[in-house]
Amino acid sequence: MQDPTTHSDAGVGRVEVKETTCYMCACRCGIRVHLRDGQVRYIEGNPNHPLNHGVICAKGSSGIMKQYSPARLTRPLRRKPGAERGSSQFEECSWEDAFTLLSQRLERIRATDPKQFALFTGRDQMQALTGLFAKQFGTPNYAAHGGFCSVNMAAGMIYTIGGSFWEFGGPDLDKAKLFVMIGTAEDHHSNPLKVAIAEFKRRGGRFISINPIRTGYSAIADEWVPIKPGTDGALLLAIIRELISLGLYDRDFLIQCSNAAELVVDDPALADHGLFRRVDTDVDPECIDPENKLWWDRNNGAVLTHTPGADPLLMGRYTLDDGTPVKPGFQLLKERVEECTAEWAEGITGIPAATIRRLAHEMGVTARDEKIELPIPWTDAWDNEHASVTGNPVAFHAMRGLAAHSNGFQTTRALAILMSILGTIDRPGGFRHKAPYPRSIPPCPKPPVGPECVKPNTPLDGMPLGWPAGPKDLFVDAQGEAVRLDKAFSWEYPLAVHGLMHNVITNAWRGDPYPIDTLLLFMANMAWNSTMNTVEVRRMLTDKGADGEYKIPFLVVCDTFSSETVAFADLVLPDTSYLERHDCLSMLDRPISEFDGPVDSVRIPVLPPLGECKPFQEVLIELASRLKFPAFVHPDGSRKYRDYPDFIVNYETSPGSGIGFLAGWRGKDGDKFLKGEPNPQQWERYAEHGCFYHHELPRSYQYNRNWNQGYLHWSRVHAMTRHSDPILIHIYSEVLQRFRLAAQGKLPGRRPPERLAQRVETYFDPLPFYYEPLEHGLTDTQRYPLNALTQRPMAMYHSWDSQNAWLRQIHSHNYLFVNPQVGAANGFGDGDWIWVESAHGKVRCMCRFSESVEPGTVWTWNAIGKAAGAWGLGKRADESRKGFLLNHLINEELPAHASGEHCSNADPVTGQAAWFDVRVRVDKAGAEEPKETSPQFTPMPLLPGQERRRGRWQAYVAGLFRK
Amino acid sequence: MTQMALVIDLNVCVGCHACVTSCKQWNTSGWAGPLVDQNPYDADPTGTFFNRVQTFEVGTFPDTETVHFPKSCLHCEEPPCVPVCPTGASYKRADNGIVLVDYDKCIGCRYCSWACPYGAREFDEKQRVMKKCTLCIDRISDQTLPERERRPACVMACPTSARLFGDVHDPDSEVSIAIRERGGYQLLPECGTQPANHYLPRRKTRMYIHPEELTRVDNPLLKEEFIGDEGDETLDDVAW
Repeated sequence: MQDPTTHSDAGVGRVEVKETTCYMCACRCGIRVHLRDGQVRYIEGNPNHPLNHGVICAKGSSGIMKQYSPARLTRPLRRKPGAERGSSQFEECSWEDAFTLLSQRLERIRATDPKQFALFTGRDQMQALTGLFAKQFGTPNYAAHGGFCSVNMAAGMIYTIGGSFWEFGGPDLDKAKLFVMIGTAEDHHSNPLKVAIAEFKRRGGRFISINPIRTGYSAIADEWVPIKPGTDGALLLAIIRELISLGLYDRDFLIQCSNAAELVVDDPALADHGLFRRVDTDVDPECIDPENKLWWDRNNGAVLTHTPGADPLLMGRYTLDDGTPVKPGFQLLKERVEECTAEWAEGITGIPAATIRRLAHEMGVTARDEKIELPIPWTDAWDNEHASVTGNPVAFHAMRGLAAHSNGFQTTRALAILMSILGTIDRPGGFRHKAPYPRSIPPCPKPPVGPECVKPNTPLDGMPLGWPAGPKDLFVDAQGEAVRLDKAFSWEYPLAVHGLMHNVITNAWRGDPYPIDTLLLFMANMAWNSTMNTVEVRRMLTDKGADGEYKIPFLVVCDTFSSETVAFADLVLPDTSYLERHDCLSMLDRPISEFDGPVDSVRIPVLPPLGECKPFQEVLIELASRLKFPAFVHPDGSRKYRDYPDFIVNYETSPGSGIGFLAGWRGKDGDKFLKGEPNPQQWERYAEHGCFYHHELPRSYQYNRNWNQGYLHWSRVHAMTRHSDPILIHIYSEVLQRFRLAAQGKLPGRRPPERLAQRVETYFDPLPFYYEPLEHGLTDTQRYPLNALTQRPMAMYHSWDSQNAWLRQIHSHNYLFVNPQVGAANGFGDGDWIWVESAHGKVRCMCRFSESVEPGTVWTWNAIGKAAGAWGLGKRADESRKGFLLNHLINEELPAHASGEHCSNADPVTGQAAWFDVRVRVDKAGAEEPKETSPQFTPMPLLPGQERRRGRWQAYVAGLFRK
Repeated sequence: MTQMALVIDLNVCVGCHACVTSCKQWNTSGWAGPLVDQNPYDADPTGTFFNRVQTFEVGTFPDTETVHFPKSCLHCEEPPCVPVCPTGASYKRADNGIVLVDYDKCIGCRYCSWACPYGAREFDEKQRVMKKCTLCIDRISDQTLPERERRPACVMACPTSARLFGDVHDPDSEVSIAIRERGGYQLLPECGTQPANHYLPRRKTRMYIHPEELTRVDNPLLKEEFIGDEGDETLDDVAW
């Protein structure tokens, strides 16, 4: 061999280095792709990128094996005439055939009943375009996967503090002293969180993980606090109670920055019971949360909030001059948590009461005694000048562990309120917002208000997804029933701000509320790991009516790989890989902003598309042009945008608005940002700058943004928000109370249908409360004593990379992890084959004993199991023979109960899929049973255009597979 | 003499496997490649990785520690794999202490993997030669790379910066300081191999709160006025 010290990679072949943005998961790191003779040699993190600063994860480092995967689709495919759906009998067709077929069908639907077309996408970082497409089409039946991912986290926090974790905010570990992570193993904000936790620990920060399972980040926590799944709300309320009872809350912060001191009418006989008493004063009628409310001043009684010099009280009960009894919101919170003692929470969570109290003390004392003061002068929204920015360095992070339960919205509210009473919102060392957040509570965009908003050949009147502020914003008909297929924004799930993708197929199949004609799925594995009740959903996709037609008549699937869902398509559209496409992570959507200011980014192709692959965005632009959507054609009907890159540069949200998909280098000369006329050179500027645009705010605008006058003004001027009014934290949620009053028949206007009145009244509580997950109350928990969960492994993102030769060597199959006590109690040993059974179904799998899981919980890695033959894998691949899917055990609907026969297995406020509510039992499998997972499915064959199996050996050298 | 090595900080390693696949992608197309895979899309996939992460548990519930333990060739100062090699294919470089295999000389006898107490060698079943971590010698010695990039791929990738790289014989190097100040240790020191790679142990940060610290004279509760509502009954109403 050559002496390696004389070897230089640069000397081998033609070397190029191109920058783009990773898409091996949703994290969106900057990457540098090294090419040798036009083939991928090496992918490394971009050291200048604000998100990952040069690091890269296991997935990002395996992008090569995704690019060259034999699971790639390369040709548009059509189900063969006469072939049964689901049998993967396809024939190749041309793009022109596909577009003709699709546009003719969609044209007919759009001209008659646009609701008959439904577009649901697995990924949600493309919603600016997909949402625009749905709105222009005129269908309300659109959403991304947020409803089955983490909408409780988003909605619970945005309806409380005007921002939420992940894309829109996060823990400021740079300055925190105590970090509490609840219910998270790995997370979407994957590399930045790893970087931040490691630096935090090196600085000596204390890291507590509250989780039923100790893996991933929890492994390096200073303390692991095991908790029973779905009980976090009880823990959080007990901590809040302890903090209030000891006075370990930030009183000044609560008064100035939240509605804690605002007076709530407290007389059930009055029409405005539970609402803030509002008085006539000079307020902007457009303002979402006007300051026409009252404080109880120590010396002068009722005064307008933020009256200069006032000294309001947070506790007590008072009587207004007109005799109305009132209480500050904080007093109501105090009363709410009165019963929530640590001992009460111990019985629910399994965490010792002494530990709960100690957690509260650590949070409260750190917040109070470790105060941060940064020498940054700033001015608040009430003209008070501050010489410094201060902060209480307790940071939190939470995600699906809280969210994916049917009580997750109120649990998340409890978390946001805990973070608020500690005084940590948008302050150093606590929670920090990321642009475009904070936004009004709730944000301005609203869903359509009724069936009349859906008209043939007309864009939808309203946004497909929005933020209801009261019953008037619901999307219901005259009977109060749903207009959307997934029943989002109906009285069943009034705040379903991300939709309910998990109920789309079932509802369409049943024709409830109506049947549809065409379902277009993009990058959503709804016949496998993205769905609940997998076996039945697969059956629904092939079920026919009495007329012999499929109940869902036409199914279009756009994907890069031969997923399980592709098998069920009538038309398959081959998407490109992330290295072959333009993309844009837009401020109109979910940008990659940092705490210090807005950041957006793009992908720019590094390689030409494989075969006839076409980026999904190009498909949408083409269809929108052919269907002559108003935003996509000139008045004479001619096409406005050549292609997606052209659209990105030239589209404005309305003519002359200056707002487009990309915020950087706007204006003819590229000297404007956020707002400015289109710049024909915009892509070139992004390419020159590592594919991202980062606007760093002045330091005085980087904190306290809910009530930072300078920031709020800046944000209004740059069109990030519609209002520049301060965004006060909703400790007490008047928005929720409005729904409750409507359910009680006390609010004029819309009322829920009778079957749902009790449900809305119960769960729309203006203060957080703990309730047992809905399914537990409808399940025999004696027979099914265990909670079952999934976690995402760091080296594998959902199902995306089972086709990846390197990553699948790390996770080719999964086990059910159980505490050894569970094995002992049920008579099986480590590694045995077992049955896991819920009230809904059963799967056979292998178990592994683990001391890192609390004994009431069993768990497995998410989406490692695959259907035989899918994802370019051999029929006997581990994924299908030894891997399994927990989804088979989880129903998409609750058993029939008082609120209805077919309520989603979801949070009654947001419709968030309650994945983690499932209860199971475990039993040893019989010795005579086959040693393979159950259920099994007919293997999926190779599809036309897919590469043939590669054989036993694979030796990759920069694009070549050497023998 | 220079002895390059990795120092791996178990206090921050979250087991993400970034080091595993970044190593694979750099090396499969590099000087020490390819890193061959067997059954890449079928049952029992396996292949050559120069670096792997093992995960194990310590203790019983609820006092459990989950440890992620990245492991690769430790570049021993007294490497037992070298003297057993019948062809001289296994060797230790004098200039930087890195232990390497010359595939052209390797006859695939596997004596070296039997001699290695750490199981750090990777036999390529296709090419029938022994392979292993090279500390990315083709990166760290490539003068055409910017200095920042003259580091092993795993070190560049690691999101938690759990992998320090440097000369453990230089007392002022980052790695030597870390070993000295943070309890760096070697694996199986009793084997006398003197592995150059070291590990940094877990450390716990705890918080101690004295009961008297819980309340302060400026307790916000003192700012509230706890008076009963005018309508409430008091002793004045019922007692004489």
